[in-house]
Amino acid sequence: MGTVRKAVGTRVVATVSVALSLALVAGCGGDSGDDGKTADGKTKITMGLFGVMGFKETDLLKRYMKENPDVVIEAEVAGDEQTYYTALQTRLAAGSGMKDIQGIEIGRAKELVDTQADKFADMSDVKGADHFLPWKLSQVTTPKDKVIGLGTDIGPMAVCYRRDLFEKAGLPTDREEVAALWDKDWSEYVETGKKFKKDLKGSDAAYLDTSTGLFNAMIYGKSQQFYDKQGELIHQDNPDVKEAWDLAVEASQAGLTAKLRQFQPGWDPGLANSTFATTVCPAWMLAHISEKAGEKNKGQWDVAKAPQGANWGGSFLGVMESSPVKDEAKKLVAWLTAPEQQAYLFQELGNFPSSAEALEDPKVSGAKSEYFNDAPIGQIFGDAAREIPDEQVLGRKDGTIKDLYSQGLQLVEQGKSPEEARKTTDERVKKAVG
Amino acid sequence: MATSTPAPPADGPREQPAGPRKRSGAQDGGNDRQRRRALLHRLDVRGAPYTFIAPFFVIFIAFSFYPLIYTSWISLHDVELATMDVMVWQGLQNYTELLQDEKFWNAVANTITIGVISAVPQLLMALGLAHLLNYQMRGGAFFRVAALAPYATSVGAAALVFTMIFERDFGMINWGLGLFGFDGLNWESEKWPAQFAIASIVIWRWTGYNALLYLAAMQAVPRERYEAAAIDGASRWQQFLTVTIPGIRPTIVFTIVLSTIGSTQLFGEPLIFGQGPNGITGGVDNQYQTLGLLLYEEGWRNYQMGRAATVAWTMFLLLVLVFVLQRVLKRLLSRPS
Repeated sequence: MGTVRKAVGTRVVATVSVALSLALVAGCGGDSGDDGKTADGKTKITMGLFGVMGFKETDLLKRYMKENPDVVIEAEVAGDEQTYYTALQTRLAAGSGMKDIQGIEIGRAKELVDTQADKFADMSDVKGADHFLPWKLSQVTTPKDKVIGLGTDIGPMAVCYRRDLFEKAGLPTDREEVAALWDKDWSEYVETGKKFKKDLKGSDAAYLDTSTGLFNAMIYGKSQQFYDKQGELIHQDNPDVKEAWDLAVEASQAGLTAKLRQFQPGWDPGLANSTFATTVCPAWMLAHISEKAGEKNKGQWDVAKAPQGANWGGSFLGVMESSPVKDEAKKLVAWLTAPEQQAYLFQELGNFPSSAEALEDPKVSGAKSEYFNDAPIGQIFGDAAREIPDEQVLGRKDGTIKDLYSQGLQLVEQGKSPEEARKTTDERVKKAVG
Repeated sequence: MATSTPAPPADGPREQPAGPRKRSGAQDGGNDRQRRRALLHRLDVRGAPYTFIAPFFVIFIAFSFYPLIYTSWISLHDVELATMDVMVWQGLQNYTELLQDEKFWNAVANTITIGVISAVPQLLMALGLAHLLNYQMRGGAFFRVAALAPYATSVGAAALVFTMIFERDFGMINWGLGLFGFDGLNWESEKWPAQFAIASIVIWRWTGYNALLYLAAMQAVPRERYEAAAIDGASRWQQFLTVTIPGIRPTIVFTIVLSTIGSTQLFGEPLIFGQGPNGITGGVDNQYQTLGLLLYEEGWRNYQMGRAATVAWTMFLLLVLVFVLQRVLKRLLSRPS
């Protein structure tokens, strides 16, 4: 008797432990079998976002759910885009775990267009989505004219400068006159810097934070940057890249830079403590500057037009082809990226609209920034956005290559010879691109 | 190694009891039952232990063994994260390229130098600290807890604070140097200052932990030995050298092994210290890129999974090599005593 009972007991334990281990393993399989419905039969749309895209941070999603009572939206926001994109890539490769709607950062756009376009739904048939700036959707359009996402924000660039420091260097402080100093091209901006360095009295501030900001602004205003239309690397031969590199090197060798790195520890206090007088700033950087430079510098920072319009950053919303609620998700994306909502997000958070129609909206075009000495930012950045070439050729590894060029310019700032730094950069690009 | 464990109990023993009574089974129901009971009993004795440990091994195979093997498979290919299904066979090319890459040897050298300048002072300071904590004193428990506090801090928090302390324009260290009339250093961009700064994060975090390990070992050294040494006229210092150190030798070896493994895998501190793109490459000139960072750069910036897996396996093999060397060294050291 005893043996039998014990044997049965063992069997139960054995079954349970095997079942348990199987369950544990199966538990990692992920969330498959989502039919896009909530328990009470409403349509459930999930979103994967990063950074501050503004949909969850403002009341936009709530408003949509109120207007469409049969829709429930669940948005998940990752703080860091790098982490977000790595996870997205893993999920795309595995073919499961994607949300219905996924955010796409511009640096990843080309890679997704090239390698994952069939996993995204075509947005070219969305009605009323013809209000974008011409270059915006071309960034996410495949050679077969499939559009894998609709535009959210962009990052047109201008020059942020310190009025008080310009005055100490005997330069004009009015933003129209400042813009006139470098009206022709970026080399005039560097010439102004040399004057600034020579005549500055009562301060040891540098002219600009880092030469990499200048480099970025110069290449982002060109139609071709590191790749050509066929997807071939041309960064070594592209005269625009060479021109930008040379001018950035000139600025750094003339001692005009504070040798800082944007968004890194020394840069933030530098904004507040007059370490540098100018920085080339995309629209989304203004919120960062006003926050870090603080109340005491209010009205000291101002914004002037850059010699040439350029774009740094921006994002898209794409819908997954496999989503069970594809049509509802497309409808939601169209609504979120509509001119009205874009203008609203600009008002609330300063995310600059990618919709040409939204740029005309007086809420945007008439916008002034109180912190930046009442600069008409809607006008300045809107003009910059319209100046950008209609066609922007992106490449798969644009983001990585940009970082490598930044590091190359930092090598020059740290005393390496420009030729050597350029050679190192070329080698690194070759390796990174694979 | 683990693959053979769950399967055998079901088949092995079953045939043996069935053998001698092949024919009688049908006539006699009682025999049949007995046979089943015997079978269950055998299963119970032989199979149960395997079943009990099965959950661990299933998890182990799924999350450790399989990834290990899969990583080695990947390391023989050219694979990108975005297109994991497209694998191009490379053979050992990833390995030969890695061994010829300056950047790899630079990372090996950095890993060793940062390892040495962090582990040596850290263990010596831990030894001294443990010796002090070993004395009877007021508030001893408080100091012991305090010694462990840095260990309980997350790498992220500690590294971030140190990054600010070592910052060029507004950091505390450069401010302190300025008070004494020295020029501030550009800690991040210069090689040795950067490595020193990273080592200081490691030292800060791990000294207390090692000190507590030493302290526990010291308290196990019999009091009589100290008394005997004292009677022989040994000073405190001599007691420390001739009684304490030999008494805790196994623990010292253990902490050396631990900190060697720790330094080989050094990753979080330099990544956060560099902040952003420079963290991934270990400075613009790779001046503090460790092997861990090189792995991260290949995998999560270049998205070259094949090359990243190669770095991972090379790190593993290096660690095995260091371990073997350490064993040999230990044997050589312990022979005289």
